[in-house]
Amino acid sequence: MKISSQPEKVLFQNGEILDPVKKTIKPGGVLVIDGKIADTGRIETPDDAKVFDCKNLMITHGFCDLHVHFREPGREDKETLQTGSRAAMAGGFTRVCAMPNTNPPLDSPEAVSFIQEKSGSCPVHIHPIGAVSKGQRGKDLTEMGLMKDMGAVAFSDDGLPIQDGSVMRRALEYATMLDVPIINHAEDECLRAEGVMNESVVSNHLGLPGNPAVAESTMVHRDLELSELTGAKLHVPHVSTVDAIDYINGMKSKNSKVTAEVTPHHLYFNHEALSFFNTHLKVAPPIRSENDRQALVAAVKDGTIDCIATDHAPHTIQDKETTFDLAAFGMIGLESCFGVVKKVLVDDASLDLISLISMMTVKPRNIMGFDSDLFKKGAAAELVVFDPNESWTFHRRNVYSRSINSPFYGKDLSGRVKCTISKGQWTHN
Amino acid sequence: MLQQKHLLGLEGYPREDIQAIIDTAFNFREVLDRPIKKVPSLQGITIVNLFFENSTRTRISFELAQKRLSADTVNFSASSSSLKKGESFKDTVQNIEAMKIDAVVMRHPASGAPRHLTEFIDAVVINAGDGTHEHPTQAILDMMTLYEKFGKIKGLKVGIIGDISHSRVALSNIYGLISMGAEVILCGPAHLIPPYITDLGVKINYNLDEVLEWADALNVLRVQNERMGVGLIPSIREYRALFGITEERLEKHAKEIVIMHPGPMNRGVEIDSAVADSDQAIILDQVLNGVASRMAILYLLLGGKYEDKDIK
Repeated sequence: MKISSQPEKVLFQNGEILDPVKKTIKPGGVLVIDGKIADTGRIETPDDAKVFDCKNLMITHGFCDLHVHFREPGREDKETLQTGSRAAMAGGFTRVCAMPNTNPPLDSPEAVSFIQEKSGSCPVHIHPIGAVSKGQRGKDLTEMGLMKDMGAVAFSDDGLPIQDGSVMRRALEYATMLDVPIINHAEDECLRAEGVMNESVVSNHLGLPGNPAVAESTMVHRDLELSELTGAKLHVPHVSTVDAIDYINGMKSKNSKVTAEVTPHHLYFNHEALSFFNTHLKVAPPIRSENDRQALVAAVKDGTIDCIATDHAPHTIQDKETTFDLAAFGMIGLESCFGVVKKVLVDDASLDLISLISMMTVKPRNIMGFDSDLFKKGAAAELVVFDPNESWTFHRRNVYSRSINSPFYGKDLSGRVKCTISKGQWTHN
Repeated sequence: MLQQKHLLGLEGYPREDIQAIIDTAFNFREVLDRPIKKVPSLQGITIVNLFFENSTRTRISFELAQKRLSADTVNFSASSSSLKKGESFKDTVQNIEAMKIDAVVMRHPASGAPRHLTEFIDAVVINAGDGTHEHPTQAILDMMTLYEKFGKIKGLKVGIIGDISHSRVALSNIYGLISMGAEVILCGPAHLIPPYITDLGVKINYNLDEVLEWADALNVLRVQNERMGVGLIPSIREYRALFGITEERLEKHAKEIVIMHPGPMNRGVEIDSAVADSDQAIILDQVLNGVASRMAILYLLLGGKYEDKDIK
């Protein structure tokens, strides 16, 4: 895959347009001139346009991921804004929100503006998420107002759950003023203790300390109650347990400010996959039981979960090639995302394709307040062309991230991104 | 001889291979009673004992087993190693293997470390205890000792007493005993028995007196000093009152229960001194059988391809 400037006039012709706003799939094409949508639908091919034949392919909005770790500044050996953007483009993502657990963390307006400046030349839109607390220490609130002015779109201490309920409450109250979501990695650190995988019969087999489901569900419950109390927007990241889903579902009926995301890996794997100490599956929150996995799939189908987010978390080989207790938490996920969720949700669980695409486009954009009507004439082209039916096997060569810590190598996926169009650039072979 | 190249744990380990190890170990027991306690079975075989965690009896037991079999051995402990200089585990073990060795006996504080080791080296790997995962050679010597005492394992009622959650001895014993047809009851503080453990085919009973009434044998686990009085175990007297193998408690039961302990013992904590020294305790038999079991394991994994008349 290469990324380069789009031709001045390019027509994506003879495909099907999947419009996640109108919820329609119609045959046609999309004409892009100077990086903007010029026309959609049945289009006569202009003589001077470069034509991209979309036979058997679909054209839709570029995917939007609310949860990535691009490691810059501080751990550029794992990922940078540029290398992360390449991984995003490979996966069909044109817009991502970058978590603030960098070094130093994104806990000041200056740090936020660093990301804004450095990501300007990246081929995808990168929105910084600011830290909730200074140094992500879970105590003193950051300058959220100034950070929002510099471009922070949400606030989170991701990776470091906010343990103190009063800090969480104050953060939510403060955020109501700014109308931005708070995203709290929900894990009670005391209940999690030394846990490195789901507390289960499998953790017994492996002799590994377990991280119980209640470590997540009790904190999700607390956050939901605080969201109701404060009226703030709460986004629950990477939900992994059946109880957390039940609580979110219950709260959604009375509080429209709650949203939730799920990762491809929590939808695809259950904890049996860890049976041989596979450190590529060491992730926080942990891969849970088959019962939890099925509940996540059901929650996607019934709308309890709003969007798919990868939690793309690059780590070096030496961070993962070690004993399970010492291995870093996290896995990359941008490149494999669509093929994984299309297989698990559409092929295996008969979710309709429009709903899936909506969970990767319109819905995450709406959570963050981004423009989500991307087929409008004159809109900057943020598109993805994909084959909804291609079966393929995920391989190291499909990875464009600087890190290679994926558990999906050798897995058969369904549905594949063919071309990503973003910020006047496009991907091609 | 044995179906698996390594001995990483007893989870899923073939039942007939456990039996073969125990049978062979009894042959080696006889060697240990000879005036010259040495056979040439592993002559020319080089074994490295990699101990990333302190150990006295397991290391000595392995080393003696290796010497009795005429293997060449090298000892390595983390304190004397280059690990302190920041060398990675992978580099350390690959360097050691590059020196042409046949087997590694490893103890490591991380669960899964022996399996991790097999990804880097071709030598035979024997797990001498990994984190809170498994300690398969201990379970085999425990089963050999039960076999010696009762003439069978199938149908035996074995109680495992103490902190199950943090015990690799308990987990390997559970796998081994269940596989060999014994019944197992776990007895210990409720928060030190992991959830879902009954999926492994064991039962739980928090009442030690009921377990004593039921059991043929007990395997009494060591109470880790670092867990005492730090929230997990409220006090020694509380622990003794609920789970201590005391003289008074044993006197209440009109039967002789066989008592095992993997050592090292905390006399006066999980077991009374008088009980540990009594005839019903077979703790020193376990130690002797440990050498014989490890000889059998090494022999079957490394030298079994040669017919060896000396041990018969």
